[in-house]
Amino acid sequence: MGELRQFALPDVGEGLTEGEILQWLVAVGDTVTVNQPLCEVETAKAAVELPSPWAGTVTALLYEAGTMVDVGAPIITIDTGGGSPEAAAARDGGEPAAGLIGGAAPGGRTAVLVGYGPRTTEARRRPRRAGHAPAARPEADRSPETAASPRVPLLATAPDLTTKPVRHGGLEVGRAAEAHAAAEEASAGSAAVAPGSGRPRPLAKPPVRKLARDLGVDLTTLTGSGPGGVITRADVGAAAQVAAAHGADTGGTLLRGASGAETPPGEQRIPVKGVRKLTAAAMVASAFTAPHVTEFLTVDVTRMMKLRTRLAARPEFAGVKVSPLLFVAKALLLAVGRHPMVNSSWDEAAQEIVVHGQVNLGIAAATPRGLVVPNVKDAARLSLGELAGALGELTETARAGRTTPADMSGGTITITNVGVFGVDTGTPILNPGESAILAFGAVRDMPWVHKGKVKPRQVTQLALSFDHRIIDGELGSRFLADVGALLSDPGTALAF
Amino acid sequence: MSVSSVATEVVDPVPGAEAPHLPHQPDLVQLLTPEGERVEHPEYSVDVSPEELRDLYRDLALVRRWDVEATALQRQGELGIWASLLGQEAAQIGAGRAMAPDDMAFPTYREHGVAWTRGVDPLHVISLFRGVDNGGWDPVATHFNLYTVVIGAQTLHATGYAMGLQRDGAESAALAFLGDGATSQGEVNEAMIWAASFSAPVVFFCQNNQYAISVPLERQSRVPLYQRAAGFGFPGVRVDGNDVLAVLAVTRAALAAAHDGQGPTFIEAFTYRMGAHTTSDDPTRYRLASELEEWKLRDPIARLKAYLSRSGIADHDFFDAVEAEADELAVRIRRGTVEMPDPPGTAMFDSVYAEQTPHLARQRAEFEAYQASFEGGVER
Repeated sequence: MGELRQFALPDVGEGLTEGEILQWLVAVGDTVTVNQPLCEVETAKAAVELPSPWAGTVTALLYEAGTMVDVGAPIITIDTGGGSPEAAAARDGGEPAAGLIGGAAPGGRTAVLVGYGPRTTEARRRPRRAGHAPAARPEADRSPETAASPRVPLLATAPDLTTKPVRHGGLEVGRAAEAHAAAEEASAGSAAVAPGSGRPRPLAKPPVRKLARDLGVDLTTLTGSGPGGVITRADVGAAAQVAAAHGADTGGTLLRGASGAETPPGEQRIPVKGVRKLTAAAMVASAFTAPHVTEFLTVDVTRMMKLRTRLAARPEFAGVKVSPLLFVAKALLLAVGRHPMVNSSWDEAAQEIVVHGQVNLGIAAATPRGLVVPNVKDAARLSLGELAGALGELTETARAGRTTPADMSGGTITITNVGVFGVDTGTPILNPGESAILAFGAVRDMPWVHKGKVKPRQVTQLALSFDHRIIDGELGSRFLADVGALLSDPGTALAF
Repeated sequence: MSVSSVATEVVDPVPGAEAPHLPHQPDLVQLLTPEGERVEHPEYSVDVSPEELRDLYRDLALVRRWDVEATALQRQGELGIWASLLGQEAAQIGAGRAMAPDDMAFPTYREHGVAWTRGVDPLHVISLFRGVDNGGWDPVATHFNLYTVVIGAQTLHATGYAMGLQRDGAESAALAFLGDGATSQGEVNEAMIWAASFSAPVVFFCQNNQYAISVPLERQSRVPLYQRAAGFGFPGVRVDGNDVLAVLAVTRAALAAAHDGQGPTFIEAFTYRMGAHTTSDDPTRYRLASELEEWKLRDPIARLKAYLSRSGIADHDFFDAVEAEADELAVRIRRGTVEMPDPPGTAMFDSVYAEQTPHLARQRAEFEAYQASFEGGVER
């Protein structure tokens, strides 16, 4: 047997991480020459032929045509017969050959030119010399912080280079390596012991370190709340506030907020965490991924309010709250039945629109801890009485702060009842992952043209925001009009 | 996308500005037809010996082989990127061979053919595309400046250099290379204005390969590019960029005018990029296969070969010998590329400033100490 060499999929564009093998132009057993096309590969940029780097005989095709292959993965094995000088330099055991990806390059380096994706070979960080003193730095260069804590390498352990490559390879691999190193340091501790100190170096990103230095916070006294025990900006801010409060008690330092700025009298700085933090992240994610369109409709709900009074007197509704929200919820569920596309999600990764089989109706609830959006599972199957019960239970649980993550996950469409605060309407932001949200305003007595005359009527405003990627103006309008029709004349429901 | 449909959409009919692939180009300087027939031109002539003709053929063939090998090396993961000159060999060899030893070339990143004529080792060019250095050649010794990737910036460098030559009283000139896309850049226009204002000894050699990456020329200029020179106040000439003899004649004349103090000339070498813009590009997405087929008939090497064969200046043995030499060159390039050593980590400190600064020296020492802190010593 000659020299078996493997050709790894190169980055044929700039920064590509994968390619699809469109077709093989050679078969096992074929004799190939240098630069003979081996296969056609399609990447995000172009479809190109890959020429053979060696002359020899094809012994294996490692992927079938139609397969998506990561850059850096061997795709073909060629027996170069050991005749060529390059082959002689190749190592045994099918390892990447000298000068090739993952193989040895002159100067004892590892060739990685094929792309930014991970290498297929194991990468080991060479150990540091025992007892090595960190490089001497000129005294003038030494900041108080570095003087206090000697420098330690950031990545004390080997990054996990077997991570599957992802788009933006370098960055992601870097992050993965960082996370890995952080986890290692957090768990082992000893791996990142500052020489001589016997204490692990606290984990914090450079801006946070600077903030701590500016605020006079000693990072070694903090416990990080970030992933892997990393000290966050908020941790430093909180510690600074405690210190400041303490300092104020003793007539000491100025009160400073997390930003490090002096706090003017009466100004309060509240750390962003918990529900507020989640809400902020969700709203930002939603507002900047789903293109929102909001439509408004003013509806005369006098008939609905009369129906409400009649129904509330019925024995089936004894013990449950027959609120205007219940009717809005029912109207929305009936309208979803006519326009199922409204009850859907955008799956960016799969490039698909997911039209949900059931309606998990979310209700935005104001709680002392902030906004939560629990949902009623499979709400469309419930009778009006059952729906009233479910809504009551859901809001009670939310106000008591006992809403579980399960209650909040899987929502498919949401109602936000801004009317309870006495406002007319708003432009709601979609609950992330959903494609429609209905805002329901206050019901007011208003002059209204009814049967050709201006009469006092009970009027409300509806606002529907929808994800314009999925829902066109026409669908959104029809859906909103249906909800409005059901509220202004509940009898319409018979026609649905 | 059809080029002609674009043309009808956005371009008013301007005489001479029709789709560039139309065969009839009355203002094109040509001395060798695509069929390999030697023709005369009223203004431009060239006197080349049979030996010089054979050398030109050899240049063209070897440069093409180099280009093909480099493209393959990129596809094999050995180069980060490659900008192919396929189809533009005659424009580059003709321009490069027209230069006097002291004339200074200011290339883009595609002038491998010009580099060849200036005696730059192909491996020095390839090292840039492999990412191990910024171009390994000595621009002063070779009179071939380092590649400029910023589109059009080198025209300013060339004009400034030419103004320097003028002040030195030197009898040499600068040859600024640019592409058709670069003519839309502000600095190219500034360079031409300065060159005209000072009658600087600079020749603007524009290889119009018809596409600024994917944008066809019709989108960029409503007049043939060479006609723009008139607006700046110096002569412009359009030459068949696939005719090495015509390019040689036109460039020699332009450089001679510059040497004589007659100021700049704009040369539009009318050619075609047969390959992709770079290896990261897919030209099938924006141009028609029929257009490519049409340009294949105007191949710069085939026409010279036909002329040499027919006129008896070269025989079968000569062509075989050139082919064998090309194969040797390809092997040398391949071997040299895969064996190319990576630079030491400290190399990044070496060329930041002409003279080392204390700050940089300290950084370098720190970096070396860090490297030395690993078992097994400095990793180069």
